[in-house]
Amino acid sequence: MGIEGVGARVARKEDKRFITGAGRYVDDMVVPGMKHAAFVRSPHAHAQIKKIDVKKAQGMPGVIGVLTGKELKADGIGNLICGWMIHSKDGSPMKMGAWSPLAFDKVRYVGDAIVIVVAETKGQARDAAEAVEITYKELKAVVDASKAMDKGAPQIHPEADNNLIFDWDIGNADETAAAFQKAAHVVKMDIINNRLVPNAMEPRAALGHYDKAEDHYTCWTTSQNPHVARLVMSAFYNVAPENKLRVIAPDVGGGFGSKIYIYPEEIVCLWASKKTGVPVKWVADRTESFLTDAHGRDHHTHAEMAFDKDHKILGLKVETKANLGAYMSLFSSATPTYLYATLLSGQYNIPAIHANVKAIYTNTAPVDAYRGAGRPEATFVMERMMETAARQFGVSPAELRRKNFVTSFPHQTPVIMCYDAGDYAASLDAAMKASDYDGFAKRKAAAAKKGLLRGIGMSCYIEACGIAPSAAVGSLGAGVGLWESAEVRVNAVGTIEVLTGSHSHGQGHETTFAQLVNERFGVPLDSVSIVHGDTDKVQMGMGTYGSRSGAVGMSAIVKALDKVEAKAKKIAAHLLEADEGDIVIENGALKVAGTDKNVPWFQMALAAYTAHNLPGGMEPGLKETAFYDPSNFTFPAGCYICEVEVDPETGTTEIIQFVAADDFGNIINPMIVEGQVHGGLAQGIGQALLEGAHYDNGGQLLTASYMDYTMPRAGDLPSFKVSTSNTPCPGNPLGIKGCGEAGAIGSPPAVINAITDAIGSNDLAMPASPSTVWAAIRATTKH
Amino acid sequence: MSDVSLMVNGKRVSGAAEDRTLLVHFLRENLGLTGTHVGCDTSQCGACVVHVDGKAVKSCTMLAIQASGSTIVTIEGLANGADLHPVQAAFKEHHGLQCGFCTPGMIMTATDMINRHPEGLDEATVRAELEGNICRCTGYHNIVKAILAASKTMSKGKKKAA
Repeated sequence: MGIEGVGARVARKEDKRFITGAGRYVDDMVVPGMKHAAFVRSPHAHAQIKKIDVKKAQGMPGVIGVLTGKELKADGIGNLICGWMIHSKDGSPMKMGAWSPLAFDKVRYVGDAIVIVVAETKGQARDAAEAVEITYKELKAVVDASKAMDKGAPQIHPEADNNLIFDWDIGNADETAAAFQKAAHVVKMDIINNRLVPNAMEPRAALGHYDKAEDHYTCWTTSQNPHVARLVMSAFYNVAPENKLRVIAPDVGGGFGSKIYIYPEEIVCLWASKKTGVPVKWVADRTESFLTDAHGRDHHTHAEMAFDKDHKILGLKVETKANLGAYMSLFSSATPTYLYATLLSGQYNIPAIHANVKAIYTNTAPVDAYRGAGRPEATFVMERMMETAARQFGVSPAELRRKNFVTSFPHQTPVIMCYDAGDYAASLDAAMKASDYDGFAKRKAAAAKKGLLRGIGMSCYIEACGIAPSAAVGSLGAGVGLWESAEVRVNAVGTIEVLTGSHSHGQGHETTFAQLVNERFGVPLDSVSIVHGDTDKVQMGMGTYGSRSGAVGMSAIVKALDKVEAKAKKIAAHLLEADEGDIVIENGALKVAGTDKNVPWFQMALAAYTAHNLPGGMEPGLKETAFYDPSNFTFPAGCYICEVEVDPETGTTEIIQFVAADDFGNIINPMIVEGQVHGGLAQGIGQALLEGAHYDNGGQLLTASYMDYTMPRAGDLPSFKVSTSNTPCPGNPLGIKGCGEAGAIGSPPAVINAITDAIGSNDLAMPASPSTVWAAIRATTKH
Repeated sequence: MSDVSLMVNGKRVSGAAEDRTLLVHFLRENLGLTGTHVGCDTSQCGACVVHVDGKAVKSCTMLAIQASGSTIVTIEGLANGADLHPVQAAFKEHHGLQCGFCTPGMIMTATDMINRHPEGLDEATVRAELEGNICRCTGYHNIVKAILAASKTMSKGKKKAA
């Protein structure tokens, strides 16, 4: 490893622009003639639209256009779709309701977009939006998935009877029932995974520009995957053919899943730009983001786990109701199925599993993947069950887990996944040591003297990342392949551009991807540029989510680098009159091994472009492209241990210590990996202690600003103790597993296990706010 | 419309603004200083923090006309030419940023915090004083580290100067 190569703790190349205020986000973009948009949104959770009157708004100062869903339909703009087909257990396809980018006959959640107003200034657009008069006939709303299938519940889409989108099964019901027949112990729990709002700090934004002279569209958008946005807007929404549509996702201020999806606003801004003849920019305010960004989680689950007399797991039964909100977002069907139920084996040997998932419409914002996406929900079920089982049996939670760990690989679970490598005991040991688990009893006694309840809880998580083998996901219903692309351009002076289909919105790709090139060719990081986020520059890509940019995105780069290296060596061998097999690359030069004969990297590159003296038949230039399709998912895993003190008088929880011991496979930049873990932990601890999206029964979002939705702040969190003990992933050339989501996946059960340990009650909902904890304490004690 | 006149990053600037124009919008839209960001509507997130007459202020809580006559420093004006301000340098060295959106506000808040605590800072104080700045990426771990490191660097610099 060199000082800038693989494994080095290199400071980030991209930081310079962000720390000096020179980052370029969508809201910073200015196009000549650009005007501003505001959307008129439904104030009702469920209503028929009787009349839309735009006359008054059209006459307001500065107004350029006021456009409705009927005009959008007339122009042939298509409905938004979910791109992953799930079949119910009876074989029927999922029941997808129509989602028009602008609602014209019915609204189904508060925030549903109905009209776009384009005006000279943002203020004028908003003033005019307030003047649009819409007459509604209000309908009864339902917001809770556990009630949306009840008799008498309102019907949200005509396509989905009883609001049931699909009723899906995985695993083997008969084998699982047989396992429960043999059980010595059965542990049962009802578990709610609370609804969250992703809250990337940069609100969503779109700038649509139709160029009449060229008959060409450009869309600047806050996207994690601009190529998928282009594909979907072209193939399904009929905005423009792909060759006439350029999508640019410049600097993007965080995504966490919420910026994967194609939303109505970017479609409507592009269409409105053509209709009005001006570039149209829309930037969400924070309340719009709360109302309309895809939310995360929102599962109601009943789970039962069967154990034999020696506390070995025999089987697992899970029934989950997943709230998908008012419309099916782009990947919404995959999140509670293939990203959730396939991880219900956890880190454990479980001979039989059966899970049933019902996906349900409600009058709430669409729900889709949010950091972790299904895997936090699976981990929460598994790790609450394991902790509860240990308490029921009166055994050590660590030893119950250890006894049931998968220890030999590959390991085929009963729910599709085949774990390729791991050492779960190593992470458990590392976490127990780092947390001084053995010294806990003393610390608890010391806390008790101060009148505080101290508790400790652990969570052993596993996730499936590196998403995903295209053929495998295709067979499971995905509408796209999940490979990644790379192009490596060696310039005539030896500097290098890497074009990638991954998208960086905080992950530091401009640094880690360049480290990969430095490791291979010795070219300084400053001479390597990473190009991403623009469909005119990068031909095609699948974007960044599911901890895939390392395992899949960088593997594509490795493949392209392999091709560049092979050609570079051929050129060098020719120039040095040596055998190609004797050429090695060291310290920025191509050398004949064991001699001092060499050609510097830049001279080889120049030779490739002057083409005066190339091997016979070789094409000039040095540029290679590769597509990498993974052969399996990757399986990051680890153990988290949380220690808390609860004040029984106020119910306030303080996290005293949080230890994370992860197995991410090989690591390119440890500093960046640690940063990913820190951020994931904050989101997971936020879910456990602070965050929750609450709708009232009429469908109004009560937590629609930072005054009401509790974001984790610096004072809510401790500094974290993180470490890794890594087993390389055998499935990709770099041995990488992925690290982006682990923190958010593994931490919520560790926190709740710690608090429930402290207060001596196992019944505790997330977020474990002071009032919730206080009530749980009161419920277990006599007053 | 009102005339707004400000000293921004050492330059005198003026322009007309609607009475309802917030300082942050005036900086971003009239002056093109897009390093100051808008992350919420309720003055909670702190992405818009700038220095007004030497104090950290959320520029979404102030009308442009209210600020008229003031001296403003934004993230673009913090560095001394090509040399990064010690807080900027510490954020880079300690990986105190990921997506970069909250970063300008964080750095402006941190600079003010360090200036107000010449005696030095500890972790608990830094965490408490970051109450008005939200970051969704870093979990604050490295932001806290960066601010503590910058505080040390800046107090050393002051001692040298004295």
